[in-house]
Amino acid sequence: MNIPFKSAALAVLLCLPAACSPGKEEDVSKPAVGLVFDVGGRGDKSFNDSAYAGIERAQKDLAVQVDYIEPGEGADKESALRQLASGRHGLVFGTGFLFTDDINTVAADFPDKKFACIDYALDPSKKIPDNVLAIKFREEEGSFLVGAIAALTTKTDVIGFVGGMDIPLIHKFEAGYRAGAQHINPKCRVLIGYAGVTGEAFKNPAKGKELALSQAGKGADVIFHASGSTGLGVFEAARDKKIYAIGVDSDQYFEAPGRILTSMIKKVDISVYKIIEDFLEGKFQGGLKEFGLADDGVGYVYDDHNKDIISPQTIKKVEELKKLIIAGKIKVPNK
Amino acid sequence: MDALSQIFTLSLLTQTVRISVPYALAALGATISELGGVVNIGIEGIILTGAFCSVLGNYYSGNPWVGIAAGVAGGVAVALIHAVVSIKFRANQIISGLAINILAVGATKFFLKFFFHSSSNSGRISAFSKWDIPLISKIPLFGDLLSNPLILLAIFLVAAAYVFVYKTVFGLRLRAVGENPECADTLGINVFLTRYAAVLISGALAALGGVWLAYDQHQFTDGMSGGRGYIALTAMIFGKWNPLLAALAALFFGFAEAAQIQLQTMGLDIPVQFIQMIPYLLTIIVLAGTFSKAASPSADGVPYEKE
Repeated sequence: MNIPFKSAALAVLLCLPAACSPGKEEDVSKPAVGLVFDVGGRGDKSFNDSAYAGIERAQKDLAVQVDYIEPGEGADKESALRQLASGRHGLVFGTGFLFTDDINTVAADFPDKKFACIDYALDPSKKIPDNVLAIKFREEEGSFLVGAIAALTTKTDVIGFVGGMDIPLIHKFEAGYRAGAQHINPKCRVLIGYAGVTGEAFKNPAKGKELALSQAGKGADVIFHASGSTGLGVFEAARDKKIYAIGVDSDQYFEAPGRILTSMIKKVDISVYKIIEDFLEGKFQGGLKEFGLADDGVGYVYDDHNKDIISPQTIKKVEELKKLIIAGKIKVPNK
Repeated sequence: MDALSQIFTLSLLTQTVRISVPYALAALGATISELGGVVNIGIEGIILTGAFCSVLGNYYSGNPWVGIAAGVAGGVAVALIHAVVSIKFRANQIISGLAINILAVGATKFFLKFFFHSSSNSGRISAFSKWDIPLISKIPLFGDLLSNPLILLAIFLVAAAYVFVYKTVFGLRLRAVGENPECADTLGINVFLTRYAAVLISGALAALGGVWLAYDQHQFTDGMSGGRGYIALTAMIFGKWNPLLAALAALFFGFAEAAQIQLQTMGLDIPVQFIQMIPYLLTIIVLAGTFSKAASPSADGVPYEKE
């Protein structure tokens, strides 16, 4: 019996209903832009929701129609991109580093269409195609600032970092965080833990909790995570041990009110909006575009929720560091 | 060696137990199903379903016990699908289990969006308040752990499963049906009914593993089973289809993972990839080991057809 074939066929069958078609009616009077979400889709309270906020705002403020596709688990990202590109969509977004290869392939087949990939994984041996905009964020810069906040907040001089999958993208968070903490206090110890080496490592809250608990056991009283929903386990540990956690990508305050010191935010919405705007004004250019502190692409959260747990002196110091980074006076490592 | 004494801290032991609970419960489930002759790789999906249903029950009732009941009911319902497909329709059990795993991923995500409007996690659920059992909660180190009703339930179930399989009439029938269904049939044992029962029990046990995961996090998160069902299957093989040994094997896998977490936290200069490999390496060694070959029930995975 040919089990691999049968199971593969079954897998395809079961996944089909999950891949839905673009969400809206055609309105041909406006130019159209398409976006394919990462696995998880809308409602992930993070990356995808942020991208969605960007297209929502674009649709409201700019004369543009935006269609999106939410591919299901294991569904074919490439065919979703292809479906949008073969329609009247002049610009197609892929949300997440997993789209890198698919965008390269599809962009070659549709040379007159534009593509943008958020968190594009650069490959030094390959050129970015002319019609592809590789969007990167300087996560290390935002992480540097939350590292500084952590070092200024800790009472034990031990802080922690929990990463999801052990890959260069997540190393950027770790490197920035460590550098920021040690810029404030060279003696500050940074404990590091990664949940795994596969994509599952971003979805393992039980592992995240155990990593954070063991860091807390070694004295860490502030723990930053860059690990998707694995980080929800880090927040559980923070509740258990009455320590602080730092959120990632979007403001995660509401996942554990009172225990989230701040969040290192990645403003995917702003980047998506800006790129749609550029595209409509005919200013779209392929190549690499990085969003850092200077263009408000990354940052940290300081608002009514956490103003009581971060001291004004800390914020003053962190704002100074921010200016120094923007001015190029501090070079933040990214690995 | 200083490093060694640092690894073998007390917290390592409690961590080992916490990590092992879902492995052990799911391994018990897998063992009972296979002893009855039905391979159930669907336990990965059953763990996930159990986790989700328990959160749903707990969230809407506010009562953790209702949540447990809902989780178990969900697990049994999914197991029933597997039972009907593989016992009544005699389909390939691996494929049925695989389909259940894929279905569980999709279905839980669908209902997560439906009930909680998120593709990432559910709302927060209430947890058990600690049980302050006199004496037991005073045990140093483990007192805290042993005041968790779910841990106590897990320990009880390990012992109960052993007694059930080896000391009861039903256990004997179960093993007979898994070893030689024709013979069992001629002796008047209802093969189909026994197998149904085995698969449904395995669903309930694996679902409890999911309940543990969800209750430990106070919420459901998408895909939170994270391959634990497969580790549990390996623990079953490692334990030679003996519930007690399977639970011990689960404890061993939990220990490997806990040790790996401790090593990372200590910042030892061992590449993370290597540390993370340990449980999988053990899995491969166990699977390749010849010592467990003869232990599987003879009619394991073979659908029974009445003459």
